[in-house]
Amino acid sequence: MVSLQARQAWIVVSACLLGVAFGMGSASAVDPATEGRDLYQNQCGGCHSVETNRIGPRHKGVVGRRIASVPDYDYSPALKRLSGTWTPARLDLWLSGTQKMAPGSRMYLALDDAAQRQLIIAYLKSVSAPDGSK
Amino acid sequence: MEFHPGLHLARRNFLAHAGLAALGAGASTLVVARASAAAIQPGDIGVIQTALALEHEGIAAYQIAGKSGLLSPKTLKLALVFLGHHQMHRDSLAKLVADAGGKPVEPRTDAQYTADLQLGALRTESDVVALATRLERGAASAYIGQIAALSEPRIAQLFAGICADEAAHWTTLNNAAGTPIPTAAYLFGR
Repeated sequence: MVSLQARQAWIVVSACLLGVAFGMGSASAVDPATEGRDLYQNQCGGCHSVETNRIGPRHKGVVGRRIASVPDYDYSPALKRLSGTWTPARLDLWLSGTQKMAPGSRMYLALDDAAQRQLIIAYLKSVSAPDGSK
Repeated sequence: MEFHPGLHLARRNFLAHAGLAALGAGASTLVVARASAAAIQPGDIGVIQTALALEHEGIAAYQIAGKSGLLSPKTLKLALVFLGHHQMHRDSLAKLVADAGGKPVEPRTDAQYTADLQLGALRTESDVVALATRLERGAASAYIGQIAALSEPRIAQLFAGICADEAAHWTTLNNAAGTPIPTAAYLFGR
């Protein structure tokens, strides 16, 4: 028969172990841009690459870039009608429904999961860094 | 793309096997006919054109990789099967556009695809398989997004069939590479 004290001690030890586990988890949390890269490859990689134009334009430097401005890519009239630059907020709007933001564009995506959109945008920001290191 | 000494033999085998892909083309006729029977909404044409561009790229990737001399006979055989599937997808989609009075989007040149997909950087069979795996997964995900944008259920059904083919390609390649299947559901998005 396990005594009450022994059970209490076990609970305290377990709680400590859980705390350590959670602490380790946060210390080794995956960088959003890294997590976003995997999502980007799965969700966007069918048509897009970072370095080259494919079915869609290249994404290197996209954050802060004027919309429909990659010089050697043939944009749809719907995209050309948009003004301004790609900010994280506009990218979020775009990824949440491309046809809502630019009806008639050639991209068809409506990513409902806001957290996933943010991870992808984190990755796009990382490939838009001045040194283009990522 | 870096071509190896075995290129000529690989190309001969590749061209000999390419005929097999053409044989299967008739099988897709029924599916296209069913989709064509329904009126195609103007908005759906744009979706089909984007999907067609995707298929052109996939065909080019398999054709160029198939001629590279990098693939073993076993892998080449598999690549030819997948190439045939993509060619049938292309034919189905192009027919839909043409039947609706549109002009199907044309493929880019091999040189453009080589640059777009950075095929010149491929050095080994593993490189080719890794690229094909990424492209197939991306294609399956793209089709899911496109299905949601279609207004005609018959065309959505065709797209779902194509998407399932891409998923089967990805699964085969992923297993060949020895990569564990992701534990989270919705491998291609939702």
